Amino acid sequence: MASLATFRVETRAWLDENCPPIMRTPAPADETVWGGRDPTWKFPEQKLWMDRMAAKGWTLPTCPKQYGGGGLSLEEAEILAEEMNALGCRSPLQGMGQTMLAPVLIEYGTEAQKQEHLPAVIKGEIRWCQGYSEPGAGSDLAGLQSRAVLQGDHFLVNGHKIWTSNAHYADKIFCLVRTDPTAKKHEGISFLLIDMAQPGVRARPIRLISGASVFCETFIENVQVPKDNLLGEINKGWTIAKRLLEHERKSIGGIGARQSQRADMPMQDIAKLHAGEAGGKIADPTVRQNVATFQMDAAAFQLTRKRAADEAEAGRPPGPMSAMFKYYATELNKRRYETILAAEGVQGMGWDGEDFKPDEIRWTREWLRSKANTIEGGTSEVQLNIIAKRVLGLPD
Amino acid sequence: MALVLSEDAQLVRDQAMDFFREKSPILALRKLRDSNDADGFSRALWKEMADLGWAGFVVSEESGGSGFGMVGLGQVLEAAGRTLAASPLISTALIGASALDIAGTQAQKSAYLSGLLAGDVITALASDEGAHHAPDSVATIARADGDGFVLDGRKSFVLDGHVADLLIVSARTEGGITLFLVPTNAAGVTVQRRIMVDSRNAAIVTLAGVRVGANAVLGGVGGGAGLLDRLLDRARVGLAAEMLGSSCEAFERTVQYLKERKQFGVAIGTFQALKHRAAQMFAEIEVTRSAVLAALVAIDEGSTETPALASLAKAKANTTFNLTSSEGIQMHGGIGMTDEHEIGFFLKRSRVAEITFGSTGFHGDRYAALMGY
Repeated sequence: MASLATFRVETRAWLDENCPPIMRTPAPADETVWGGRDPTWKFPEQKLWMDRMAAKGWTLPTCPKQYGGGGLSLEEAEILAEEMNALGCRSPLQGMGQTMLAPVLIEYGTEAQKQEHLPAVIKGEIRWCQGYSEPGAGSDLAGLQSRAVLQGDHFLVNGHKIWTSNAHYADKIFCLVRTDPTAKKHEGISFLLIDMAQPGVRARPIRLISGASVFCETFIENVQVPKDNLLGEINKGWTIAKRLLEHERKSIGGIGARQSQRADMPMQDIAKLHAGEAGGKIADPTVRQNVATFQMDAAAFQLTRKRAADEAEAGRPPGPMSAMFKYYATELNKRRYETILAAEGVQGMGWDGEDFKPDEIRWTREWLRSKANTIEGGTSEVQLNIIAKRVLGLPD
Repeated sequence: MALVLSEDAQLVRDQAMDFFREKSPILALRKLRDSNDADGFSRALWKEMADLGWAGFVVSEESGGSGFGMVGLGQVLEAAGRTLAASPLISTALIGASALDIAGTQAQKSAYLSGLLAGDVITALASDEGAHHAPDSVATIARADGDGFVLDGRKSFVLDGHVADLLIVSARTEGGITLFLVPTNAAGVTVQRRIMVDSRNAAIVTLAGVRVGANAVLGGVGGGAGLLDRLLDRARVGLAAEMLGSSCEAFERTVQYLKERKQFGVAIGTFQALKHRAAQMFAEIEVTRSAVLAALVAIDEGSTETPALASLAKAKANTTFNLTSSEGIQMHGGIGMTDEHEIGFFLKRSRVAEITFGSTGFHGDRYAALMGY
């Protein structure tokens, strides 16, 4: 334990010395650092902070050092996160390469694949996107139809993916493809790593109800993918796909934690502003009760995340509670914006124009965006099915 | 504060689970109800609980307890909640023991504490006066009289009132609210047992010209509101732990039934309409468990967050127990409506526990006020 205490002290000192002041301020959504072959920087400190953290491997803290990672234990990584949180340090680099692909690369990749892809993720040189859903395969993901045919040293891939987040900015895509159309649907799927900078790969942004276009349709037409870019065994990709989804759920399950660090007006202040204030209280009793109910549920959920972390730190076997994180976090986030909108009244109904404050329009757009939370990464209904089956043991 | 049970607390939990399953299953509550038992609980069993040290968990070692704390007592209460065990754990081991330990004078401790720890003295908090939990609304008056006080008033919902030896009474005095230790056999005290839907103990206590000495004051004169709030927060969290145990039991019994009951040729647990609701209950129980544990830990650590966490724990326990007991009936179908089946006992207990020490609305309002809105 003494060494953990030392690690904490040294980490704090290093962060304090190396994190530029502007990177210790709350990050607006449009200042997230994604990296990639052709990154955009709003100011040079973003790159400086990313490079410094990457040099220590702390953009992927628990990845082994031989691949450029931080080589930290789970306890050390938790301390790093706590110390970054305490100093208000922004995330140096974000993306699906770190949160989703890297863990399965470490678990299933060949030595050559790890050497090729992990350092590039850690240094922010390659930005990844996720090729999972298809127009005909949403919740029934294993019903996917994109085809890959092995031809000598390469696969010939033809397919149509949808809801590929930020594919129009991504350099590479990790993709589920069908390699055996005659097998049962879960048994003919493979996991391919595809470079998007080649003819035949095209990403088309989709305009959403929020007005934004973070999702794309991605078309793959007669693209040759080297055989070496197959992760794991051929036709055994479903196991990897599921494991990656667990990592995705974990990162979405953290949605509330990230939100609480963001610069935003507290919900109760929004409510006081629009629903009136009397004697220090929100004047409208229904709005006040709704705010309190939401805040209490959010607090109880945060305590549940803390309980899971504390149990892990104490070396207890993982309990079943993490199965509900994705479901609960996303349902809460939808309620957050419903509560804000209800408190704002007509000021929450704005789309554009100067009679609405930028914050008000942003909350309205985020309210619309939040509706996707319980669809993407496995719908709430799929999450509940998983809990019913794996935790409660209810029959199929 | 780490939200993890120590190994000692786990041992207490396991011991308490075995104890209640073996000695006080729901059948014991049914028998107390059907025999119109005069006490409404088993004095012999309470003595056994005291012998296990449970009455002294929140009493410091110098006062004769173990100082094991609220996390430990919370494990016992959760286990008691699983079998809906009737006992003076909350009225006496939690509220009475805390009151004397926190605010009792040496003389008060000498008079009552050893009896309480031995399971011989039962205490009861006489605070609420109306139909709803409202500790600030006190019409009971304590008029200064010579070197003592004369109390007049009516307390509407006193847990274990009719079996108590000692009442902790909130009354209005000059300067605010004061708490008094009043023996139930004092002249002018009338106790009338109430028959509640959950078959647990409660009473109306009437105080008519009850004369007590200055040595009956618990804490300071006029300074009782803060002490009462502190005791009530402990009671809220302890009851929330009990309700968590009851929720878990009702839920687990219901899930088991979903696996066994067949309709249309299949287990009804194959139906997605029921699976999803079961999974939602699982999630609510998990967040309730976190809120309860955080509140128990906060009390033991003397945290300033205790009031907010106590309201959070009680509010979540209220909604979760309401949900699991209601769904327990619905998912059991017709058999759940029968008195013979035990799932109905959880529904009856849930609503009484819900309004005890503050409804969901009460704690939502309190939480908002504590958070500055």
